[in-house]
Amino acid sequence: MMVKWFKSGSPWVWLSAAAVSVCILMVAALLGLIAARGLVYFWPKDVLQATYHDPRGESYRLIGEIQDTEEVPVGRLRENGIEPPGDESVYIRYLVKTGNRDALGMDFRLVLPVFLSDVEYPRELMVVERREWGNLYGYLREVKENGRVVAKGAAAAEALRVRLKRTLELFEKIRHIEKDRIGAINYQLERLRLQERRLDLDNDHDPAKRAAIAMQREALQEEYETLQKQRNELFPLLNRDSFSAEIMDGRTVEVPLAKVVRFYFPNAMGPVDKVGHYFAKLWEFVSEEPREANTEGGIFPAIFGTVMMVLLMSVLVTPAGVVAAIYLREYARQGFVTRLIRIAVNNLAGVPSIVYGVFGLGFFVYFLGGNIDALFFPEAQPTPTFGTPGILWSALTLALLTLPVVIVATEEGLSRVPRSVREGSLALGATKAETLWRTVLPMASPAMMTGLILAVARAAGEVAPLMLVGVVKLAPSLPVDGNPPFLHLDRKFMHLGFHIYDVGFQSPNVEAARPLVYATALLLVLVIVVLNLTAIRIRNHLREKYRSLES
Amino acid sequence: MQENDTAIPTVDVGALQGSVAATRSLEDEEVAIRVKDLDFYYGETKALKGIDMVIPEKRVTAFIGPSGCGKSTLLRCFNRMNDLIDDIRIDGEILLHGQDIYHKSVNVADLRRRVGMVFQKPNPFPKSIFENVAYGLRIQGMNDRRRLAEVVEKSLKGAALWDEVKDRLDDNALGLSGGQQQRLVIARAIAIEPEVLLLDEPASALDPISTLKLEELIYELKSRYTIIIVTHNMQQAARVSDYCAFLLMGELIEMANTNTLFTNPQKKETEDYITGRYG
Repeated sequence: MMVKWFKSGSPWVWLSAAAVSVCILMVAALLGLIAARGLVYFWPKDVLQATYHDPRGESYRLIGEIQDTEEVPVGRLRENGIEPPGDESVYIRYLVKTGNRDALGMDFRLVLPVFLSDVEYPRELMVVERREWGNLYGYLREVKENGRVVAKGAAAAEALRVRLKRTLELFEKIRHIEKDRIGAINYQLERLRLQERRLDLDNDHDPAKRAAIAMQREALQEEYETLQKQRNELFPLLNRDSFSAEIMDGRTVEVPLAKVVRFYFPNAMGPVDKVGHYFAKLWEFVSEEPREANTEGGIFPAIFGTVMMVLLMSVLVTPAGVVAAIYLREYARQGFVTRLIRIAVNNLAGVPSIVYGVFGLGFFVYFLGGNIDALFFPEAQPTPTFGTPGILWSALTLALLTLPVVIVATEEGLSRVPRSVREGSLALGATKAETLWRTVLPMASPAMMTGLILAVARAAGEVAPLMLVGVVKLAPSLPVDGNPPFLHLDRKFMHLGFHIYDVGFQSPNVEAARPLVYATALLLVLVIVVLNLTAIRIRNHLREKYRSLES
Repeated sequence: MQENDTAIPTVDVGALQGSVAATRSLEDEEVAIRVKDLDFYYGETKALKGIDMVIPEKRVTAFIGPSGCGKSTLLRCFNRMNDLIDDIRIDGEILLHGQDIYHKSVNVADLRRRVGMVFQKPNPFPKSIFENVAYGLRIQGMNDRRRLAEVVEKSLKGAALWDEVKDRLDDNALGLSGGQQQRLVIARAIAIEPEVLLLDEPASALDPISTLKLEELIYELKSRYTIIIVTHNMQQAARVSDYCAFLLMGELIEMANTNTLFTNPQKKETEDYITGRYG
């Protein structure tokens, strides 16, 4: 009976099915965990107020939101000098975010619920997101204009809303002046300085050229001064308003509105408000720049940097890989040397990625970049232009890393183009090159896309080599902006993968940033999925177009 | 390039047989291709041994013989398709209208423009019907859409396919049936106006109806092209060809007017083969 069952082949079918299920389950579990941990972060949690009878000190009022719940064995509590009231072996412990880092010194507290009493969720409790020092939790007391109270009590919330809107508009205006317009002027001034330096280096003492530069500089200076004046006029307006709030230890703190991003009353919010708040936060996350050492705000520069770098890498790796594959498969004499090259290419795929990083740093950045600087940018010396890590070198390093994948996939595709089709083209008087260009390559294009998909999947997730050749934790500007030449390949950039590492392990406030790690990880996966889906769509389109003959 | 009559000859299926008088012999015909003492080696194996033959101009010549006798190899010598295979060697001469096609000065691509070829299995490109037929012209650098359209229409009519595909020229050629694909491939070959058309078992992958259509087509094309057809099917050789060559073990045993060869073979091997006692 058993023997018969074995002979029927069913056990193998079951075994393969089980393996597939395990894989699917693992992927689902991974994505589920990341999504659950990451997406919850943006949901406005209720803020509790309670009296905490600290077993190691006095009782105090606690205000904050429960960030995490964990189980702690009683032994560990005793080691910390806490004697729990009951006789259970395991106690629940909350991680409560109390905010107000400026006033209280720390953001989080570990709290045992058994010592909590009078837990309530007052509707008046306010959460304020600030540009520095993290969140503020407390009761809104007064709204002030130039230190003079203009609203208090129940009317304060509405006054705060109106004034915050105005302040945010002003803030945006100032930022536009500072970052976009003054930034552009600074960029142009720097270019003028380099032009002048170039003239010095070339021993060019043509007074006309120098006068032209001086004139341009003067014009820019003038513009700069007007802008600065505008900005200075805005500052007092920006700093006009402030509000005061009572925080958990009973102190009243005063916060200028210029430092506020948003405020809300989570306990008073209905489900609709919460959903609105959730999506506002989500949008902020994907569209804004980070604040406070990357632990708050958005990660737009990292998304942009990742996508940009991957696209750049695709542009670099595809032609190189395809040309190499064509040579290996179509032109090279098949023999010992080609076999050796193939083995080398396949082994390249197995080299640890950090080794590529080291190579990229040594060869691309220092050697190539250094020489480019010496040849083309002597005026900028000793400041390096290309002789320093940047997005171009990162893309090149990753292109090198993913080259084997593209070569192998393209070769596979070329070998699958039927001989009869090649002969058909040759028989019509096409040369080998014409046959390749007009028939073989289009038919192999789906395979090239497959190679590119694999390359993108690998490159988008790679972090280690990038740390050596171009990624930074905070890039002052994107690699693409409004200043000519618009695409700045020499700039450093931010990357989602590195952002995860940075926020998760290098941030001054790891507890606060942990949900962001999950959210960023989810976004990284999403970015890779989107890039891959795009490539897969293109490939399927090509496949449909160049169905091969065997079908 | 040779001047061709572009009018499409009307077909008379009844007259397929005996198109060249049985008494007419090779010596009376103009010579398109002359093969002189041709030896062909795959590595160490000698696949063709001392072939001497003439291919008559604007006639259909059939190569028959058992599998592996070298008839496809010989056919592929005429447009140098064998060059694609590594480790081959050719001795002797093949003269196309007096010119040695294996001479150093011959451009292989040009030669293949003059000697078109249709393969055993239909091999259209995964492009539209139009682009398939226009392929050879585009290779020659013709890109004028109007002229291309003229040639495509003329070629498709010449291959008796026009009426079936004229409304869907932009459809993928792989959507056609096998017989249509084979005629499309012929249209593709005649679009560049070759002097000689090589057909390598063109009907072996086709059903009887498609085969019949193809044979009619060959008959029509004869007035404009020198046609060489390799076939396994002796009835087919008898039906479509004017002259017939029998090859065995890489040697040319006998070549003659088709009627003569089938009714009065001179060699015993030929007789054995056509009476079914061999191969």
